Amino acid sequence: MKMTIKYKTRIGEIRHRFIRVNPCLICVNLCAIVFALALNLQAKMWKVTPTQNLKQVIIQANAHDTLLIQKGLYRTENIIIDKPLTLIGQHYPVLDIQFKNEIFTVKSSDVIIKGIEFRNVGMTSMIDWAAIKVLEASNVRIVNNRIRNCYFGIYLSASDHCLVQGNDIEGNPKEEQNTGNGIHAWKCDSILIQRNHTQGHRDGIYFEFVTNSTIQHNDSQGNIRYGLHFMFSHNNGYFYNHFHRNGAGVAVMYTKFVTMKHNVFEQNWGGAAYGLLLKDISDSHIEHNIFKTNTVGVYMEGCSRSVFTKNQFIENGYALRVQANCDDNSLTYSNFCGNTFDVATNGEVVLNHVSHNYWDKYEGYDLNRDGIGDVPFRPVSLYATVIERIPQAMMLLRSFTVSLLDRIEKIIPTLTPEGMKDEKPLLKPLKL
Amino acid sequence: MIRTEAISKSFGKLNVLRELSVQLEAGRVVAVIGPNGSGKTTFIKTLLGMVIPDRGRVLFNNQTITKQHTYRSQIGYMPQIGHYPVNLKIKQLFEMMIDIRKDATMQLDEDLVAAFQLKALFEKPLGTLSGGTKQKVSAALAFLFNPSVLILDEPTAGLDPLSSEVLKKKIQKEYQKGKLILITSHVMSDLDELATDVLYLQDGSVQFYKTITELKLETGESKLGRVIAQLMSKIPQMS
Amino acid sequence: MNKITKYVLYDIIRNRFVMGYTLLLLVIGMSFFSFESDPNKGLLSLLNIILMVVPLVSIIFSTIHFYNSYEFIELMSAQPMSRKAIFLSEYMGVATSLSLAFLVGVGLPTLAFGGGESSLILIMSGFLLTLSFVSLAFLASVITRDKAKGIGLALVIWFYFSLVYDGLVLSILFSFNDYPLEKAMLLLTALNPTDLARIMVLMKMDISALMGFTGAVFQDFFSTNYGLLVAIFILMGWVVLPITIASQIFQRKDL
Repeated sequence: MKMTIKYKTRIGEIRHRFIRVNPCLICVNLCAIVFALALNLQAKMWKVTPTQNLKQVIIQANAHDTLLIQKGLYRTENIIIDKPLTLIGQHYPVLDIQFKNEIFTVKSSDVIIKGIEFRNVGMTSMIDWAAIKVLEASNVRIVNNRIRNCYFGIYLSASDHCLVQGNDIEGNPKEEQNTGNGIHAWKCDSILIQRNHTQGHRDGIYFEFVTNSTIQHNDSQGNIRYGLHFMFSHNNGYFYNHFHRNGAGVAVMYTKFVTMKHNVFEQNWGGAAYGLLLKDISDSHIEHNIFKTNTVGVYMEGCSRSVFTKNQFIENGYALRVQANCDDNSLTYSNFCGNTFDVATNGEVVLNHVSHNYWDKYEGYDLNRDGIGDVPFRPVSLYATVIERIPQAMMLLRSFTVSLLDRIEKIIPTLTPEGMKDEKPLLKPLKL
Repeated sequence: MIRTEAISKSFGKLNVLRELSVQLEAGRVVAVIGPNGSGKTTFIKTLLGMVIPDRGRVLFNNQTITKQHTYRSQIGYMPQIGHYPVNLKIKQLFEMMIDIRKDATMQLDEDLVAAFQLKALFEKPLGTLSGGTKQKVSAALAFLFNPSVLILDEPTAGLDPLSSEVLKKKIQKEYQKGKLILITSHVMSDLDELATDVLYLQDGSVQFYKTITELKLETGESKLGRVIAQLMSKIPQMS
Repeated sequence: MNKITKYVLYDIIRNRFVMGYTLLLLVIGMSFFSFESDPNKGLLSLLNIILMVVPLVSIIFSTIHFYNSYEFIELMSAQPMSRKAIFLSEYMGVATSLSLAFLVGVGLPTLAFGGGESSLILIMSGFLLTLSFVSLAFLASVITRDKAKGIGLALVIWFYFSLVYDGLVLSILFSFNDYPLEKAMLLLTALNPTDLARIMVLMKMDISALMGFTGAVFQDFFSTNYGLLVAIFILMGWVVLPITIASQIFQRKDL
């Protein structure tokens, strides 16, 4: 009994933290706490050991009961959780389904799953089997679990106010079609994804039709497609995430009002890899991010009214590739260092505002010593322009001929787009 | 010993050698003379295989020299001006030549090395030597391997009188041994002392090839210089 | 044959110009690696220098050296040695000394600071480039007897391979823009030793991802051991072919 009380308090703590994130739910949650405390007396605590059948225990358990799953290996089958339960693994018990099905299918709200290791979810083409699938539920919390070698890791469908935190998800990457996503959310609202680690899946984190959510402090690496992939997911914020060595980097598509701050995109290196791919994005803020050693730092297509500021572009193949259908974006106060090409574009880029950036290729002067160069900088080199038109010309990369052409163009600009220039280039890199 | 059979050579439109046939025998010292541009140098170079004739052939001991190089082990050649790799020491030049030419049974002839006191200069780089010293080096190298034929291009040019005498003595000594020696020189008195025959070239062909005694008898002159002067005045100048 | 090579080598190694060249490469190499924190960037900067300076110095020095050694070569050809042996010994001497200069000047700092496969490829291609341009220099030297003309020809060859050729490639690309030219590019690369060396190094530096479809075609070719071997083989062809032709000309030449 003593133990039960102790546990309820900890759950209360989690709930408290969650309240801060979703203030609109305060009333509902307060009621829930009162209700939970009232139920406290009836709530039962189950201790499950590997000799028992976990599924049977869950069927027998009543709503709001707590299951303490002991360390050990549980060869389990698909378990449907259709009542609010708290499942807590002690020293990471292992749930292995041997590729037969998915493990937890959560169909109830207020479920807590914590400290459990999930293994070997099989691949299907019909249904997306996952280690933990949440269907049309709210306030589900999935915390500090380990997921290994599963088709999908955590799958949230049509759910809201859920928390996915501190999970360590590692897949076994095969081909793109045969591998699921690490954290997959479809048609969700107000969810919080934080401090997770995803690796070796198709997409590390996948969002489609997810709104008003926060994704922060996640680490997504070595996924075969995207580290983060979202579409039609408006009003979300992405902060302090680290996306690295993913097959194609991060893709953001068909979305409005995205905020991306303090993220690091690095080492996405490959024929079709991007630090960040932006397609049909508008009214978004990309700030304080670091794009380092990517084939393309940021690739923009159909991007409008977005603000790029205080970002760092370091040692990318292309720092920015801007398609001509981008307009009214601003690029300011950013550092461009050691990129092979700073900016490439397939046409006349106009209506984009570029100023106060530091370009390491700038060779101008500053007579009045205000830190701003007196002649504008053209970040699109002649060679970059040539390559946009004739990709095969890339074979002349780093040849003497090309450096000579670029140098001539710098002195007498003729071919590089007039609209793309930084009128106020900085002479020293910004401290960001 | 050496026979040329109607060798012709032209450089562009210039016919340098015209059907030149001559027989050079061992035990003779042949002075090859003629006016400038008469083909002396080309003739010598042809014998050495440096210039390849357009027509005709050169036979060395009745063997054609075309595409051959081993016959040259029997020739010592002293160029008009010796140009050597500047950073090489004299000693290394000698080592290299010995590397190339010496076989196990060969006895090196170091007479000139000793007479010119070259051993004392052995550690000097060739680039620092005076023209005269280079000539001494060239001469010493030509005689070093005891060849049966010596081809000396202006051997005494640039040598001081004393060294010149040393070299002439050496040439005479080798003549005594029955070697064939070809000399081109503008110094008639030297040739007078050394040569047994005169091969006079004009416009790429042999004008005359006679012994000195014969020539002196013909012209009644006692000095080779005078002999040549008299003969040249009789020859119609072609151009 | 190596009887002469040894002494030619001995002569050139003590040549002030070759010493200066070694020192220059060494200073450049060291400074690139100490200024750049990332050894790969050091390698890339070094690559630009190698593609410019190494061919230029190799071809000009070798041509001048050949003409300066003309009388010596003459003297050698009066010795019981075949023309071919004399010529190839000269080549070996010059090529070995310039290669040594390169290996010391670029090889040492690269191995010390860089290391890895890309460094080895860089050294290897710079080495073959040296041999190839010495080879081209010897070809230029036997074509004309006139020293000034010979040096002029050598400069033209260098200029052609370093600048004009790529310009021509660019104009071909412009004119035949609509055709798939990737395979043709591969062939065009093979026809210029500097391009071949450059691409070989770039491919090992994982820059190919940047190069799009052309890069992918190149990558497919160069990333395999087979492709790399073929590339090295072709580069060797650029060493062997000019010197063979030059040797043929030299054997028939009047000195």
